[in-house]
Amino acid sequence: MTEGTYRQALQQALREELTRDERVFLMGEEIGVFGGSYKITDGLVHEFGEKRVRDTPISEEGFVGAGIGAAMGGLRPVVEVMTINFILIAMDQIINNAAKIRYMLGGSVGVPMVIRSPGGAGVGLTAQHSQSLEVWFAGTPGLIVVAPSTPADAKGLLKASIRNDDPVLFYEHLMLYNEKGHVPEGDYVVPIGKADVKHPGSDLTIVTHSYMTQRCLRVAGQLEREHGISAEIIDLRSLRPLDFETIATSVKKTNHVLCVEEGWVSYGVGAEIAARIGDECFDWLDAPVKRIGGAEVPMPYSKPLENAAMPSAERILEAAIKARRGTR
Amino acid sequence: MVEQSARTTEQPLPLPRSDLLHLLERMLLIRRFEEKTMEMLALNRIRGYCHWNIGEEASVVGSVAAMGQGDRLVTSYRDHGFAIARGTPAGAVMAELFGKEGGCAGGRGGSMHMVDVPRGFFGGYGIVGGHLPLATGLALAADYLGEDRAVVCAFGDGATNIGAFHESLNLSKLWNLPVVWLLTNNQYGMGTSVRRASAESELYKRACAYNMHAEQVDGMDVLSVYEATHRLLLRARKQHEPALLETLTYRYPGHSYADPGRSYRTKEEIDRWKQRDPIRLFQHYLEEYTSLEQSEFDAIEKHVDQIIEEAVSFAEESPFPSPDSLFQHLYAEESKS
Ligand SMILES: Cc1ncc(C[n+]2csc(CCOP(=O)(O)OP(=O)(O)O)c2C)c(N)n1
Ligand SMILES: [Mg+2]
Repeated sequence: MTEGTYRQALQQALREELTRDERVFLMGEEIGVFGGSYKITDGLVHEFGEKRVRDTPISEEGFVGAGIGAAMGGLRPVVEVMTINFILIAMDQIINNAAKIRYMLGGSVGVPMVIRSPGGAGVGLTAQHSQSLEVWFAGTPGLIVVAPSTPADAKGLLKASIRNDDPVLFYEHLMLYNEKGHVPEGDYVVPIGKADVKHPGSDLTIVTHSYMTQRCLRVAGQLEREHGISAEIIDLRSLRPLDFETIATSVKKTNHVLCVEEGWVSYGVGAEIAARIGDECFDWLDAPVKRIGGAEVPMPYSKPLENAAMPSAERILEAAIKARRGTR
Repeated sequence: MVEQSARTTEQPLPLPRSDLLHLLERMLLIRRFEEKTMEMLALNRIRGYCHWNIGEEASVVGSVAAMGQGDRLVTSYRDHGFAIARGTPAGAVMAELFGKEGGCAGGRGGSMHMVDVPRGFFGGYGIVGGHLPLATGLALAADYLGEDRAVVCAFGDGATNIGAFHESLNLSKLWNLPVVWLLTNNQYGMGTSVRRASAESELYKRACAYNMHAEQVDGMDVLSVYEATHRLLLRARKQHEPALLETLTYRYPGHSYADPGRSYRTKEEIDRWKQRDPIRLFQHYLEEYTSLEQSEFDAIEKHVDQIIEEAVSFAEESPFPSPDSLFQHLYAEESKS
């Protein structure tokens, strides 16, 4: 298969890694018999058995923590948390244990595990089921955070994450699961910590990640056609470690920057990027760095309110024009 | 400390006939309301999730009917029926599902977050087990303020495996708080059966670990649920004793709209539970012990259909919230203006 969905790409990576390494096993709610809430693991329990594809009760703190312990004990767990919203229950395990164990214990033991979880909004799931919390993890030393936006990156980054010796928060997105694209065959690995220029441009750098990359790519065409603005789209892919070099190279060329994320702007990914650009690329800027993200409210249910809260294509377009012109 | 209660039909009528008919009407209303939401989902009037109470009407109506006026309720996301049982107009629930201004949460919450604070319903919550600590706190507030009220906290079998369940039971017993933990055991949490998720699958027994009184009742029998809840609430209010009440029931449809509900359970199992349909069971009881006539039943059904029709019209006519109100209710100041 060379064409496929993000969902299929993830499943391919899981299957290949389960086959490659006996120590790799999957754990999470509804991933076996039910086939996965979003069908990422569909069928894997039949191929690999219940020892390797393990259904858990609704006990996020318990099984995420057990994943950490299993990793310390010599396994390579890939734990699925049904959506990023439910990961908050396991936050203590991730922040106080997974992120700190190697350092705190003087390097004596590591936590080679992957936590896969999707976030995202836009389909009326309301405040407690529509969050983008990847930035919370990206701000924590000791964790690795990746957020692929294409099927190819999903496959390559998941394989890299499973092979990595440190805890990885592998951030997926509900709106990306059906995204189609090229899925490289065989042992395709995308290195962690490398951003990707998804669309070259010369007038404006748009720094983004996850599903917003796809949205920005659609906006880029319109920017070019209707406003004569050539936007360069940088997909961060890894939030931690951050590939600032790719950003800096682009800023040097375009001298204008817009940061786009789905989550709240305050203290967000864009805030970090803007600060780094201010610090390291100040002389190349022709206009202030602009940021755009979700409205700072718990996501409302009602469609007109949800629409108003989302960084829609129209709002990104508008922000891109302002970023280029240097207007407020 | 742990006992199983079962209703025998030889007992005298536990409630006046008119109240019994009201229970029947509420159960039918919930059934028809939920069926209507399925239609409205297909028409894209409703978005997001929809977790139905179909099959669980006796558990919902029996427990809520036993609540006193001052008692309080918190539930999981499977909450449409609880709002209706508590007296929230069906129109306000339907309008919430439509995302309209006239919804019980002004269209902000949707299916999972029904609310009716004037009627003591402090909300439906979307994170499994996340509302149990809130029930502890609501009971703490009542206790602290010397108020004569108790709290009913409804949650599913799956929620008993989350830490918050255990912490909440322990706190409520340790502090002698007036709360009834209503464990609606519909046999599955999504696609996972109780047996596959819980090392002790007799869930009410978990109360033992917290030295708490627990009962298990037939959740398809509205009067069993009513009687047990009524007694346990009285005890909670008078003696400040929390209790765990497990109702054994079944959800007929899938977990939510995206789940046909068939891959993890057999048709035989579903049919077996449907043979003890809570509405038909109660209808038969009323026929036998209160001489309910078919014509009376038909009249109730007609009334229910009319309520549903009016609920849909109300929801259709209610306006969408204005995008300008996006930041309203974020903090107290905003909500005052
Ligand atoms: C902490 C958490 N984990 C996972 C989910 C996803 N989820 C929603 S409902 C549900 C099943 C809950 O089952 P149960 O408690 O039995 O309630 P029921 O849906 O049967 O009423 C799951 C796993 C969630 N909402 N919250
Ligand atoms: Mg259940």
